[in-house]
Amino acid sequence: MYKILEKQVLSDVTKLMVIEAPHVAQKAKAGQFIIVRIDENGERIPLTIADFDRKAGTITIIFQEVGKSTLQLGAMKAGDSVSTFVGPLGHPTEIENFGTVVCMGGGVGIAPIYPIARALKEGGNKVISIIGARTKDLLFWEDKMKAVSDELHICTDDGSHGRKALVTEPLKEVLEDKSRAVAKVWAIGPAVMMKFVSQTTKPFGVPTIVSLNTIMIDGTGMCGGCRVLLEDGAQFVCVDGPEFDGHKVDWGNLLSRLSFYKEEEKAAVDHYKNHICNLDKAVAEGGK
Amino acid sequence: MKIPRQPMLHQDEHVRRANFDEVALGYTEETAKKEAERCLQCKKPLCSEGCPVGVLIPQFIKALREGDMPKAVEAMKVKNNLPAICGRVCPQESQCEGKCILGKKGEPVAIGRLERFVGDYELAHRTCPLNAAPPTGKKVAVVGTGPAGLTCAVDVAREGHTVTMFESLHGPGGVLIYGIPEFRLPKSVVHGEIDYAAKCLGIEIRSDHVIGRTITLDELLAEYDAVFLGTGAGLPSFMRIPGINLNGVMSANEFLTRVNLMKGYLFPNYDTPVKAGRKVAVIGAGNVAMDAARCSARIQHLHAQQNGTQPGEVHIVYRRSKEEIPARAEEVHHAMEEGIIFDLLTNPIEIMGDSTGKVVGMRCIRMELGEPDASGRRKPVPIAGSEFEMEVDTVIMALGTNPNPIVFVDAEGLERTKYGTAVADNDTGRTKKQRVWAGGDVVTGAATVISAMGAGKRAAADINKFLKGEAAW
Repeated sequence: MYKILEKQVLSDVTKLMVIEAPHVAQKAKAGQFIIVRIDENGERIPLTIADFDRKAGTITIIFQEVGKSTLQLGAMKAGDSVSTFVGPLGHPTEIENFGTVVCMGGGVGIAPIYPIARALKEGGNKVISIIGARTKDLLFWEDKMKAVSDELHICTDDGSHGRKALVTEPLKEVLEDKSRAVAKVWAIGPAVMMKFVSQTTKPFGVPTIVSLNTIMIDGTGMCGGCRVLLEDGAQFVCVDGPEFDGHKVDWGNLLSRLSFYKEEEKAAVDHYKNHICNLDKAVAEGGK
Repeated sequence: MKIPRQPMLHQDEHVRRANFDEVALGYTEETAKKEAERCLQCKKPLCSEGCPVGVLIPQFIKALREGDMPKAVEAMKVKNNLPAICGRVCPQESQCEGKCILGKKGEPVAIGRLERFVGDYELAHRTCPLNAAPPTGKKVAVVGTGPAGLTCAVDVAREGHTVTMFESLHGPGGVLIYGIPEFRLPKSVVHGEIDYAAKCLGIEIRSDHVIGRTITLDELLAEYDAVFLGTGAGLPSFMRIPGINLNGVMSANEFLTRVNLMKGYLFPNYDTPVKAGRKVAVIGAGNVAMDAARCSARIQHLHAQQNGTQPGEVHIVYRRSKEEIPARAEEVHHAMEEGIIFDLLTNPIEIMGDSTGKVVGMRCIRMELGEPDASGRRKPVPIAGSEFEMEVDTVIMALGTNPNPIVFVDAEGLERTKYGTAVADNDTGRTKKQRVWAGGDVVTGAATVISAMGAGKRAAADINKFLKGEAAW
């Protein structure tokens, strides 16, 4: 069992947890991910490593509550434990001094882009960061991103904070500004956002790294469920990734594969909420 | 009067289509003894020679016949740590029973069923035979908790060495848990055998440890006196045809893991979903293909019962003929009884999808058998102009698997073949890297439970010699 040492509510639906897992913390690097399973009946969910502390033996994860498992995890408290926590999985981000780089974080993707931006900054790069979300309530870590960036742009779809724009707008302006000479772009966020970031950078010929979060079970190359189509054939996100060249990804195929279990995901959320309601009812009745 | 081979009870084929309970129900004490009476107790037992681990077959059958079950268990466990498993999943027809002298003129002794009976007795009574020798202070790491690793770990622990097992998944058992379905090998049986290793021999099992990521092989070598790699062959193969990334195409590994390890057939009480569409095509005809097909049919029947609809169809699509089917005869027979449709001499050439990327069909071509190929089997050749379309919504690829490359990360000197398997000596399991042994599917590529156990056993014998100083590296 792996104990939740700390929990923070970053937004209504975004939670941060610090989990005790010395065997993972020992090896973890920016860009890698872990797999967590809440209990005996739980599914194995891949989550990017947001931070780690080797001395304390802890891993920080940040997730958005979208399906049954993340809702359930989000309802857990400091002191509770999860039954499976395995990693670090996938390849770490390759950090070098590239010159000027852009780090893009969309929604919950701000979490995994942060340690990459930090490492790039420490590696001597000029870091331009662009973060965005649907609305103000889904944004977090503005200060942390600011601290590791030479320049920070903030966007919301509804204009409730920062600029009312998609993250691709400031990105395009940065790319068009010849004085900046962007060497590389990293983008982490919803698949649709990464797709449009890749489409934006392509005409400029700027290499663009995306971190894919596909449907996965074991995370070690065994099930093949995470396979992604690239220009030169299929690869497994868990062992070949999670980072890929955004210009080579077949986004249509990726988006379609992500939706394969939509109905089941909805059924699972309904089942969970119904179960919770019944529990509440039972507790209420028991109290009378 | 001559005693006929005793039949084993099976769950009714119509009932079992809609449940995951065990199909073969095993012998009663009475039928087991009666079957044991048939054994001729040959002076030179060919059955044992046919067994990859050399089980003392006449000895355990004799004890069983005399009603001395603890003695039967003891005789069994001299060579076989996992009898309840082997009795269920070994291809006995081509091993022990294939060599039985009674088989020359009639039916061989049902050695597998007797083995299962003895294994189940041991699980129920937990006699803990053959406990460990006094501690030696030596430490051995066993990577992978499937049949090869378990066998090796038990044989090494019995000598008094401290054994730690490493497993990448959330629990031990490997392919016995994620691959083989409940109806063929109940998980309680596997857990019972693993408990023997853990409780009777004190073997520590560390789950959630991925070798090559969480710990590397070289790091293990710094801490342990010997390392055994029994990591299996878990990397799935996909056909190189158009459409393999469509929604509805998956590896048998993915499908079976969802069903067996994650209990997807109990969704939403278990969180991991599994889909078996209305028309499923399983490509391949090995044991894994039979398992995937039979699981698909069960899920279809369960859904049909819940929704009041008609169950769909499951096809086995295989490019050779019935004679070449690699699965065990018993499994093929069970699959046919359960209504699985066999499309033989048929090979897919393209998977077709709709505008949303979902599988809607499969283009296939008819095959005929030509000259024998390198495997000794007649090579299937496409018949020109015989292309046709099959309506399917799910395609499961059961085409064999390769060793996972991540176990070789940061393991300099561990030589591999061009197929990605580890190079290891067949008799000792020694790899090209000092103090590292390997056995099972990671060396041979996908094979059987018993051959993996045999390799684990041979490696354990050599590790024990090495640790005692009886054999230098």
